[in-house]
Amino acid sequence: MTATAERKPAGGRKIAPRVDMPCQPAGERIRNFEEVALGYTQQMATEEARRCLQCKNPKCVKGCPVEVPIRDFIGQLAKGDLEGAYRTIKSTNSLPGVCGRVCPQENQCEGACVLNAKGQPVAIGRLERYVADTYMALDACDHLSAKLTCPAVDPELRVACIGSGPASLTVAGYLSARGIKVTVFEALHEVGGVLVYGIPEFRLPKSAIVEKEVQALRTQEVDFVTNWVGGRTFSVDDLFAEGYRAVFIGVGAGLPRFLGVPGENLTGVFSANEYLTRVNLGRAYAFPDYDTPVYQGRNVTVYGGGNVAMDAARTALRLGAESVRIVYRRTRDELPARHEELEHAEEEGVILELLANPVAFHGDEMGRLTGVTLQRMQLGEPDASGRRSPVPVEGDTYDLPTDLAVIAVGTRPNPILLEATPQLTLSRRGYIEVDEETGETSIPNVFAGGDIVTGAATVILAMGAGRRAAKEIRRRLKGGE
Amino acid sequence: MPCKILEKERLIPGQTSKLVIDAPHIAKKAQPGNFVILRVCEKGERIPLTIADADPERGTITIVYLVMGKSTALLETLDAGDSILDLCGPLGRPTHIEKAGTVICVGGGTGIAAMHHIAKGHHKAGNHVVAVIGARSKDLLLFYDELSSFCPEVLVSTDDGSFGHKGLVTDLLRQRLETDKTVSEVVAVGPVPMMAAVAKTTEPFGVKTTVSLNSIMVDGIGMCGACRVSVGGETRFACVDGPEFDGHKVDFNELRQRLAAFKPQEKLSYDHHCKCTCAGEK
Repeated sequence: MTATAERKPAGGRKIAPRVDMPCQPAGERIRNFEEVALGYTQQMATEEARRCLQCKNPKCVKGCPVEVPIRDFIGQLAKGDLEGAYRTIKSTNSLPGVCGRVCPQENQCEGACVLNAKGQPVAIGRLERYVADTYMALDACDHLSAKLTCPAVDPELRVACIGSGPASLTVAGYLSARGIKVTVFEALHEVGGVLVYGIPEFRLPKSAIVEKEVQALRTQEVDFVTNWVGGRTFSVDDLFAEGYRAVFIGVGAGLPRFLGVPGENLTGVFSANEYLTRVNLGRAYAFPDYDTPVYQGRNVTVYGGGNVAMDAARTALRLGAESVRIVYRRTRDELPARHEELEHAEEEGVILELLANPVAFHGDEMGRLTGVTLQRMQLGEPDASGRRSPVPVEGDTYDLPTDLAVIAVGTRPNPILLEATPQLTLSRRGYIEVDEETGETSIPNVFAGGDIVTGAATVILAMGAGRRAAKEIRRRLKGGE
Repeated sequence: MPCKILEKERLIPGQTSKLVIDAPHIAKKAQPGNFVILRVCEKGERIPLTIADADPERGTITIVYLVMGKSTALLETLDAGDSILDLCGPLGRPTHIEKAGTVICVGGGTGIAAMHHIAKGHHKAGNHVVAVIGARSKDLLLFYDELSSFCPEVLVSTDDGSFGHKGLVTDLLRQRLETDKTVSEVVAVGPVPMMAAVAKTTEPFGVKTTVSLNSIMVDGIGMCGACRVSVGGETRFACVDGPEFDGHKVDFNELRQRLAAFKPQEKLSYDHHCKCTCAGEK
């Protein structure tokens, strides 16, 4: 137990360094779609858990959108109580295996950790992942036994969730654990929303993690209905007519934004949504064994600087691209992606084309993409949000050859459910307006959360919104606190 | 939820079939112009197909497809009693239908089946529907009887003259527009060159022209933008803004190029499938 040996008694104690996460070597992983980060061993997890100071007033918990009792689960883990740690996390978080992998911890729990003052916060995300993975690997009987702590589900208390992404799964987890019958309607053929169509396999394994989290909800008698499109196959009114007492709308991000530059409809220019959906939901990396095809670019350019841009760039590498560039109009310091994703992307060979902005795509006589003209940018004065806004360097443009361009500059609200439900009050930007305390929309007993309320954001913020709405739904259906 | 095929009719053996599918949830909501997305098997691709007819009382929808790639070849292996793994809909905006007088509905190839549902909608709204349909030859002509059952006029053209006018549907359309000034709208569904030609034919007459586009789609629910088309210089999504657009404003050349985006992969996939099925693996 090296960690304890290095510790000095309270007062002037020395904290061991943060335990590194083992990863597949970069040279190897760019040839497969398997997960990059391999997870802590038991020894690593224990060692890392023991670094936690067990603060009286834990700041990490306040940094978590779903208020996971972080200090408590780490304390349990440090003592070897895996099951206790899992139950503690699950008390507020329905998807620990997912969050441990995809949350921007540096801006949340780990950012708030007192040890972060020295740049060495407790690796909370990695510990959460360890607890979830290890617990889920236990025997199925153990999982079933967990159900005994839940009250029996009352078939009369029915709640519908539209969409099956992280927001809805959180609602389903929270309510079903409190005796409420939840049915989740998903428009696609697989359950999980962005966890399935958006985030790549190498960052979030579908069958090992997402399916298991969904299966755990099934054991809590949550029903999932696929190929059922809210606003087309059924309306919100239909759900109330069928006896649902409350409805949660978690339909996620929608129509991809494009750049509005010439040549954007050439073949070879994709939205990140299309590119990633083909590969992730359609398993196009296994084409032609699977039927969904995808372009295999030689010189790939990706536009945008968020996690989605990183995912697209790293996917293109794995599909055999010779060069992959991320074109971003600000500098490295402003890149909004999660730190770990940027690090992994660079290790794998993704090139950052910074302070550059596309002005036109070019194609051949068949309408196929061949190149792009980029405008050199520089950082100007800070804008209203405090960020220094990029401005073009007059007369400084240059060309790059590219045969596959992926646009990852965000999304607009999906119109299907919103047009079919005109009673919903929308914000100026076209997203659903909700009560900040309860998540309720302008229609009584209809709640909403996630990207359809906030615009494109993170998994954990969607889960936070789901939890807030679920608390209110439970209060209305069952009363009390 | 898998949906069961109740009837299968081989309209043109080995090439085009009609399926009547048990899907009450879709039939209840389906309107002319809507489409479905389906997936035949676990490893299958999502493909869009226009709803050719819907019977809400019986709880069925009808689709007609041309075998042109792996997914439709797989669909062709199914028979009455088999189920389609994933079927989702109805998708897309319904056809804008109002009582307007005479409406000419033009259909070519498999598009005739898709046009049938739209023609029926116009008929029910009290419009005088003239169907203009074309095929290479008489034995490849679809839905003649179905359309004749409610359309007061069904005009036919074939490339070889084996039935009706020898020539193109646009010949019949032009003749009609020259002599009939009561035509308030022309609807066209079929191959891209045909729809482009229809739009070109009607333009000098200033008649409103609606085309139903068959863009490539992945999700079909407004997420991916694969189906984007330029309409009047603006980018629109066929799955949520369409699939029907003003034919005089659609950039058909761009549509044609975008439809060819995956041609090499489609061929690879189809050849792979043929090799596997010939080897008896299926």
